[in-house]
Amino acid sequence: MRRFALAGNPNCGKTTLFNNLTGSTAHVGNWPGVTVEKKDGVYKKLNEPIAIIDLPGIYSLSPYTSEEVISRNYILDEKPDCVINIVDATNLERNLYLTTQLLEIDVPVVVAINMMDVLEKAGDSLDENVLEEKLGVPVVKISALEESNLKELMEVAYKASHKERKGQSILSNKDLNHLIGDVSIAFKGKKVDNPLFHAVKLVENDEIETKMHPDLLPMVEDFKKTFKDETFGDDIEAIIADERYNFISKNFSKAITRHEKSEGKVKENKSDRIDKVLTHKVFGLLIFAAILFLVFHLTFSENLFYLGGIFKANEVAPCFEGSIYEGLFWTDGGINSPGVILFNFFDMSFSGIIDATSGAMSAGLGEGHWLTGFICDGVLSGLFAILGFLPQILVLFLFFSIMEDTGYMARVAFILDRIFRKFGLSGRAFIPMIMGFGCSVPAMINTRTLADENEKISTIRVIPFFSCGAKLPILVAIAGGVCEVFGFTHVDLITYSMYVLGIIVAIIAVLILRNTTLKGDAAPFIMELPQYHLPQFKSLMIHLWDKTKHFVKKAFTIILASTIIIWFLSNFGWNWHMVEDMQDSILASIGMLLQPLFTPLGFGSQLTAIGWVFAVAAITGLIAKENVIATFITLGAVAVAYLNSGNVDPEIIAAIEADEEGVSAVVEMIRATGITWQGCISFVAFNMLTIPCFAACATAKGELKKGTFKYTLLFWIIASFLGAGFTYAFLSCFSLSSLAWALPVTIGLVVALVITFIFIFRLKKKEEARV
Amino acid sequence: MLKRLDEFLVGETGLIKKVEGEGRLRRRLFDMGVTPGAKVYLRKKAPLGDPLEVTIRGYELTLRKSEACLVLLEMEDAK
Repeated sequence: MRRFALAGNPNCGKTTLFNNLTGSTAHVGNWPGVTVEKKDGVYKKLNEPIAIIDLPGIYSLSPYTSEEVISRNYILDEKPDCVINIVDATNLERNLYLTTQLLEIDVPVVVAINMMDVLEKAGDSLDENVLEEKLGVPVVKISALEESNLKELMEVAYKASHKERKGQSILSNKDLNHLIGDVSIAFKGKKVDNPLFHAVKLVENDEIETKMHPDLLPMVEDFKKTFKDETFGDDIEAIIADERYNFISKNFSKAITRHEKSEGKVKENKSDRIDKVLTHKVFGLLIFAAILFLVFHLTFSENLFYLGGIFKANEVAPCFEGSIYEGLFWTDGGINSPGVILFNFFDMSFSGIIDATSGAMSAGLGEGHWLTGFICDGVLSGLFAILGFLPQILVLFLFFSIMEDTGYMARVAFILDRIFRKFGLSGRAFIPMIMGFGCSVPAMINTRTLADENEKISTIRVIPFFSCGAKLPILVAIAGGVCEVFGFTHVDLITYSMYVLGIIVAIIAVLILRNTTLKGDAAPFIMELPQYHLPQFKSLMIHLWDKTKHFVKKAFTIILASTIIIWFLSNFGWNWHMVEDMQDSILASIGMLLQPLFTPLGFGSQLTAIGWVFAVAAITGLIAKENVIATFITLGAVAVAYLNSGNVDPEIIAAIEADEEGVSAVVEMIRATGITWQGCISFVAFNMLTIPCFAACATAKGELKKGTFKYTLLFWIIASFLGAGFTYAFLSCFSLSSLAWALPVTIGLVVALVITFIFIFRLKKKEEARV
Repeated sequence: MLKRLDEFLVGETGLIKKVEGEGRLRRRLFDMGVTPGAKVYLRKKAPLGDPLEVTIRGYELTLRKSEACLVLLEMEDAK
């Protein structure tokens, strides 16, 4: 099959063109070895099917980001039959810069001038014949959005792909061209493909080229000694870039005819007016905070726009009352947000399925058959616990995709860069971190946009510290339990402190990482701020569909397998027989084995004989954080039996199982294990900071460079032990009654400490710079 | 007299005369169109004073002061 590669700047409409050419045949994967997205699909409207490869959006073929290296290597090594270079008509000057580099490769090139509709709407016109003549390759005017001229483009490309093309340089400096000619002959002698491209890059002092062909470097060095340009001296890099841009501005001014009105002064367009508000000196940060709040509110709130105070659930018409969908749209607390409605819908449907399955199986196999327990408690509830989060993740993702597509995300980076640089990160890193409050999985995927590898690794490592949606139940249940047992009245104080703890640890961790193993200044921040435009429904949906496929695949592989294993371990003993009492299960013995490890954290050996439940809950939490409280509920019977020396009151068990928040289970656990309140809070801290769930680990492994994942795991373990151990030791200095004022004071102190840290690091850097 | 881009005030325009720095960073600036001869208009500063947003070659580019100080320009006469 013939292969056409799409190359062009970011934001030139490449993805829209790709989607419209390939339709449903598109396939998203990763480029081998790296995690930059690889998209390919098939175009079927010609005589033969054509494979379309969407290369990452790039500004140049110089190796600055991994995306540029990928595109360059693809065109050079994989030799597509044709390169379709998409050029944004509204920004010809910068877009054609890449074109001048593509022309130097021995590959058929067709230039597609995109967004002609926007240009024409402004009253401007463009003569493609002038461009065609100057560039020496076919030029086709298209509009990817309106799907105009796409067939023609493909026909031209098809024709071009049958003719061999030799690379051509647009550089005009005679001396330089002489040198490039000599070097390219040397390359030909070495039997290297694309001699002209390599020659130009070598003369440009390109990192990849100088490393690959050091033997040819003396040629360039010798030349430099005799060469002197009037304005640039021997700065060949500057001369070549300058020549490219000169060539473009000379020829494109001829090709484009400006409408009278648009000539002269640059008029303020709609995009500029929007920008004035969104990046306003004073309101910019506030607007951003408001948008962020709205996004999370629409995804996670159970009291939409705080209307709960006005509309009471019992006053509005009951919806689905009595059915399994009761409470879908609103509860007594208020109206649910779209994210919560979807979550509830899935959750309720799933529990309906589980109930029905368990009912049917009990009827068929008899009450209490092991298979019923396996299918319903093991496989289905584990699987659904994960899938249940899909809707909220998708809603969150949708909002972030809209922010990305409209061009607002680039402005967010612009606004926040100053703050983030203090921690050695760029403003770009903020997006994945804030997404972490929702779910670590999409957050880690989002780190792809970070150019610097060390910055990316640091960001991925601290993402789990931003407490995700699945960790909230742990907080609620344990904080509730602590308050009930120990008579503390500020549940919310504990919850908020834990969120703040996560953020503080993240900041400290980034500071430490960026100054030790992942050293480096904040990566340079040179970024295009694209024009604002409306998001496209089609591309948003394609985006969401890709994410869904990715997530579902994971749920049915890793997560399914792990839930089965945990179920098996908690229901079987070492003699491979099913156990009556979970106390005898394999899981319990593993828990007991690991229990001493948690002694410094306050929930290890100092607990009573059934103290292993905390260890087990922590382990099951590695699969999914929802498991932590689920484990407490499942093991509730063990605690009750222990407390009442073997007598299990079925009413208490029923009460534990009915309390979905898990507070009563935690209360029983605290009483049975004799854990202190400090130990409880330390347990929460441990779960917040430790290795995240399976899905997040799998994502991290995929996103991280090979070999760094094991260190990342180690980092999480160290962070959680240090964090929880410190919390435990620190809290042990307080009595519960003094906690209400002690916590805020402590947080204030730690924040002050962090700020001091930053100043010390900055001073050190300044001194180093001076030396 | 040449002036560095990070010393520009919002609303000022200049013509690039020289781009300092080296290696990847300098190449990146070239690739993004920051080359001698290009006209730069300082559009705005971020709410916290850094990074900067400039109009160059018909599009919006943002860069930090630490990168902007590598760019030397000739001020365009004010009207």
